Amino acid sequence: MDMNQYLEVFIEESKEHLQNVNDQLMLFEKNTNDLSYVNEIFRSAHTLKGMSATMGFDDLAQLTHKMENVLDAVRNHQLDAHTEIVDVLFESVDALEIMVQSISEGGDGQLDVKLLVQKLQRIVAEEPVAQSAASFIEYDELVQTLLSQTADQGVNAFEITVQLESTCLLKAARAYMVFDVLEQAGDVIKSAPTVQDIEQEKFESSFIVILVTNESQEKLQASIMEVSEVESVKIAVVPVKKETEMEESVSQEVAAAIQEVTVSASSKSSVEEKKQPSINKTIRVNIDRLDSLMNLFEELVIDRGRLEQISKELNNSELDETVERMSRISGDLQTIILNMRMVPVETVFNRFPRMVRQLSKDLGKQIELQIVGADTELDRTVIDEIGDPLVHLLRNAVDHGIEMPQARLTKGKNETGMIRLKAYHSGNHVFIDLEDDGAGINREKVLQKALNRGIIDEKTAETLTDKQVYELIFASGFSTAEQISDVSGRGVGLDVVKNTIESLGGSVTIDSSEGYGSRFSIQLPLTLSIISALLVQMSEERYALPLSSIIETAIVQPKDIMHVHGQKVIDFRGAIIPLIDLKKLFNVPNSVQGNYYSVVIVKKGEKTAGLIVDSFIGQQEIVLKSLGHYLPAVFAISGATILGDGQVALIIDCNALIK
Amino acid sequence: MKIIVFQLGDEEYGISVEEVQSIEKIQHITRVPGVKEYVKGVINLRGVITPIIDLRTRFKLQEQLNHELTRIIMVRLNDIEAGLIVDAANDVVDIDEKTIASVPETIEGIAVEYLSGVVKVDGRLIVLLNLPKVLSLEDPLQ
Repeated sequence: MDMNQYLEVFIEESKEHLQNVNDQLMLFEKNTNDLSYVNEIFRSAHTLKGMSATMGFDDLAQLTHKMENVLDAVRNHQLDAHTEIVDVLFESVDALEIMVQSISEGGDGQLDVKLLVQKLQRIVAEEPVAQSAASFIEYDELVQTLLSQTADQGVNAFEITVQLESTCLLKAARAYMVFDVLEQAGDVIKSAPTVQDIEQEKFESSFIVILVTNESQEKLQASIMEVSEVESVKIAVVPVKKETEMEESVSQEVAAAIQEVTVSASSKSSVEEKKQPSINKTIRVNIDRLDSLMNLFEELVIDRGRLEQISKELNNSELDETVERMSRISGDLQTIILNMRMVPVETVFNRFPRMVRQLSKDLGKQIELQIVGADTELDRTVIDEIGDPLVHLLRNAVDHGIEMPQARLTKGKNETGMIRLKAYHSGNHVFIDLEDDGAGINREKVLQKALNRGIIDEKTAETLTDKQVYELIFASGFSTAEQISDVSGRGVGLDVVKNTIESLGGSVTIDSSEGYGSRFSIQLPLTLSIISALLVQMSEERYALPLSSIIETAIVQPKDIMHVHGQKVIDFRGAIIPLIDLKKLFNVPNSVQGNYYSVVIVKKGEKTAGLIVDSFIGQQEIVLKSLGHYLPAVFAISGATILGDGQVALIIDCNALIK
Repeated sequence: MKIIVFQLGDEEYGISVEEVQSIEKIQHITRVPGVKEYVKGVINLRGVITPIIDLRTRFKLQEQLNHELTRIIMVRLNDIEAGLIVDAANDVVDIDEKTIASVPETIEGIAVEYLSGVVKVDGRLIVLLNLPKVLSLEDPLQ
């Protein structure tokens, strides 16, 4: 069978399940009494096992299988969940992630899992309850309770004895097929010998299972007999007491566990639906397809601009109306397409708790990671790029920011350090703040280092503000690590972070207070492709100014212009703001100054400036296009767009104009 | 080896067909401020913003107004796509690679670095362009 067509689905789903296992493990570690997490982990591991076995990834299947054994023992109270177990489980998840990663990169997903398997096996071997391959079924308390509860629901419980033909060669395979049939009919709650023994062919020629099912006895008999090499099937009804008749000695935990098990038994139960409400309402779409949809739509937006222009020139009311309607519809369409590409930052954030856990363990620190606003949405293209810079900053905070527990105590701080990752929308931007309550940045140390590395000279060093000093750690070749540690300082500095974020059209700033912690603030555009802009004219040339950086436009009389140190300024609502003559700055040919100045007031953070242009053309949706590889960094130009008449207009980068 | 032959002043130049994407008529070029003077600006080439280089300026030749024969030769080098403004482009000729001779030390003020050789075809002398050097943003003349 050609598995390639399923490979993509397999990879996606595996990743989801692994993430789920990760999340639940983290939760379970915090509260080892709540076995519902274990059940959730077990479910994911089980699905993973099935999927990888089907796809022929044996190492994956083997490892997940062993994980299942451990998890099963934990949820059946045969094993106490202690840190060591959680650690090994995390290790296994790591290995699984590596394997899935290798598969997604076209590899075969093979990895030496022997050591891990041994570790897992050793854990299970410590099981206090001996599970001998008995030929009879022991009805322990759990099974009893389970059975009585199902009896309350009017579901049958059968004890099924399956006898395979003595000539049967692949007993385990046959047994597997029988289990397959049984699992389709209902839920196997117990078997003798145990499932893993059966899978390893550690049984003679017969085995017994207890099945909870809605199916009738006859039908079951017939469907099991359909499996070849089955000699006989004996089905007996398990006599059970009704729950109401049971003594009330059932411990709380057992009851909870049972509830979980029964929930998983009937996949259509309401709890399940509540957990994954939209499972039937989504489809997976390859991002490439969305990209080509986006590209086509960009063309449409350009043509829309052209149509609008033509209809304005022709001044035909019917045409106007139609074009207006079309504009409105395509506007809605645009929102939908953009929304389709929006992904919650959660997809990036959710690997961080795990990472911080591991890092703090390695470094012997105690750190709590708080995540706020994980449901904030960002364009997929931005999401894909933002992960690495965040990892970098987070590692930085863990390694350099948070102090050792002892040091924190001496400083009168809480032993456990706090890192807060917060994402939120504001206007056309998404902000991601990374805050820690660690040592903060030492101004003197940073300055000294920058001086040593020749990043700045003595003279400038004295004039720098605190903020400017902090910015220095973004300079290339800078690392604040006293010594190179395993966590950071591997020769890759924070300059990479800054570059990546800026290449996305965003910015990053630092705030710090020595002894109290630091905050890195990242500002990102919501999307990278279509923006609203104001088109302006200068002589024969047209430029686009992103609406997001415009405060307003104004007409300024020459008499209102003042001079400060030879710099033109105006009084704008009580604030003195500098004027920038774009025509001079851009060397626009044949430019003449008219009787008054058309000024666009733009902002960058708190700062504002006025840009002098010839005239305003109007507001328009524009498609952002890059200037290409040949012209990578043109001053104050962030890209280009194609106007309705097919000509190119450059997009002005206001951030570069305001220092 | 096939080359596209184009005119620049009185000289004939050649560029390998493999490096040429297409030949376009001149169209509106949007000036980009603050770039090298030989980069005339960018055009919209079927939805892609493409930089345009004026070969005359690049080779320090007398600038000339565009006329109806003026063409833009779209070239591609690795991931760079650019257009070269030339006086005219109208011929494709086959040359024997063995007949390519090295460039004489001076050709009318054009730096030798921009050229990769000369070749004689039916009495015509064609100068071959060294595209990587022409597209390079470092200027050997400065």
